Amino acid sequence: MGQDPLFLGHISIGVIVIVLVKVLVAFAALMVAVMLMIWFERKLISDMQNRIGPNRAGPWGLLQTLADGIKLFFKEDLIPEKADRFAFKLAPYLVLVPALVAFTIVPVGGVVHIFGHTVQLQVADPPIGILLLLAMSSISVYGTMLAGWSSGSKYPLLGSVRASAQMVSYEAAMGLSVAAVVLITGSLSTRAIVTSQAGAFFHIFPKWNIIRLGVVPFLIFLVAATAELNRPPFDLTEAEQELVGGYVTEYSSIRFALFFLSEFMNAITMSAVIVTLFLGGPDGPNLGGPSFIWPILWFLIKTGALLFFYVWVRAALPRLRYDQLMDLGWKLLIPGALAWLLVVAAMQVSRIYGLVLFVVFAAAGAVLYRAIIIGRETGSESEVITTFRKLPAAEPIRPEGD
Amino acid sequence: MEPTFLLAAIAKPDLITFAAAALMVIGGAFGVIASRNPVHSALSLVLTMFGIAVLFIEQDAQFLAAVQVIVYAGAIVVLFLFVIMLLGVDRQEIFGRESLRAQRPLAAAAGVIALGEVLLLARTTWATGAHAANGPVGNSYDNVQRIAAEVFSTYLLPFEATAVLLVIAVLAAVYLARRVVTANAEEEGSKMVEGKAVDR
Repeated sequence: MGQDPLFLGHISIGVIVIVLVKVLVAFAALMVAVMLMIWFERKLISDMQNRIGPNRAGPWGLLQTLADGIKLFFKEDLIPEKADRFAFKLAPYLVLVPALVAFTIVPVGGVVHIFGHTVQLQVADPPIGILLLLAMSSISVYGTMLAGWSSGSKYPLLGSVRASAQMVSYEAAMGLSVAAVVLITGSLSTRAIVTSQAGAFFHIFPKWNIIRLGVVPFLIFLVAATAELNRPPFDLTEAEQELVGGYVTEYSSIRFALFFLSEFMNAITMSAVIVTLFLGGPDGPNLGGPSFIWPILWFLIKTGALLFFYVWVRAALPRLRYDQLMDLGWKLLIPGALAWLLVVAAMQVSRIYGLVLFVVFAAAGAVLYRAIIIGRETGSESEVITTFRKLPAAEPIRPEGD
Repeated sequence: MEPTFLLAAIAKPDLITFAAAALMVIGGAFGVIASRNPVHSALSLVLTMFGIAVLFIEQDAQFLAAVQVIVYAGAIVVLFLFVIMLLGVDRQEIFGRESLRAQRPLAAAAGVIALGEVLLLARTTWATGAHAANGPVGNSYDNVQRIAAEVFSTYLLPFEATAVLLVIAVLAAVYLARRVVTANAEEEGSKMVEGKAVDR
């Protein structure tokens, strides 16, 4: 099937056992990681907001997530009267399963030898590799969409329409920045992407894709992934002030827990994928000890750093408005990713082509930007703005004594 | 008992995968026409798309499988769902009165013709049953590169023509969906303002 050395020879019971063990370990590790991630996020946010955060269950509140999970398990499972029962029950799984599957392609470590088998430390290394991530993120749109629609209530529907529009629009930018990585690697397989990033320029700078591609695709992917995850500052889908709870409003008990589980699982998977694509995956110096342990440690450190970044962003940035979100996605990220992809492609041909193309795109972008500003100043304004202008001006508040 | 069954499944993976995927495809297709709720129909369509993707993988055409899921399941059916949800036709459809009188017999005839065509093609050399042209394992000349080479050499003209067609379609859609601000809209705007004023 693929390039996985495990499947090259005769497929025996041993190989099947190894695959099953890999799946089980990945599943368990992901669950524990989600538990720790929720605790980590709550603790960190409360530190940043000068609070204490969960501190009752277990040491430093570590078991808080477990307690919450058990509580949710035993709560009453409600299905609204107007709900479409089939879709309502299906939706949480449509969100959860892609979140689990997407993690399988992430290489968490190097290659080890067990009982004469060569085993890659990742659940699967399919030839389509990174495309599986895009496929899974496009499937999880269904879960969000159906959850909102099937609730038979208006706020969830609004939330789900927002969410799916957001996910669909940011997928394009995400795909284009992945294309830049694939272009420079020459393969879709995540293992190949990671191995191509080993080594260093001048023995100092790691040969990671973030440096090889210029930082732009990394930034675009980071923003697009945040939007894809519906995490702050792109969490319009569950904007409490406007939409009650977004598409999860009507959910309760374990179904609600499944939504939150998959949301945090997606955050972890996305961080791991960013590490794989741009930060060299398990690549890092070996500082002594058994050789298989360091790649795993480096992978965990990098993923943890990205997760810290996500929490930090949540604490620091205010939520975007819907039109700002769409403007950012369609007018900045997609053209930017496309232009950068073409520059990278031209660089593959020759450096001069690449530089010329870069200058051309920079000039074109500057002209376009200026044109938009001039258009805004002189031309007709958009409908929304004209309507706002026509509203009667608010009466000035006069001081009492006047 | 179980290990032997497992080994049998491994010995004939193609057959079992094919059977499962075929069930998914047919079940999904049946669901599309049988469900009364358009959203359920769309979901059944997704099931069919998935089954076809599995069939592609079974034939070693992994890239096509990925594209099948990303494009058809991930984009096109999502748009279907958007339209169904936003137009509010997601309640049960009223059957009985059909706008096209001859629709049912024509559909049956078209189905029979399509089935005959498939059976006819299956007997000729078109359906070889062979797996996709895949390079030997470890060779970099894989599925994706093979397809890319074909698309950008042999089938370049159809490829570019499709691209042009899609651009035209997008332009047409934008033109049709564009709302021109006319005097009428201005009036509506002022009405809205009046409404607000009354509210106060």
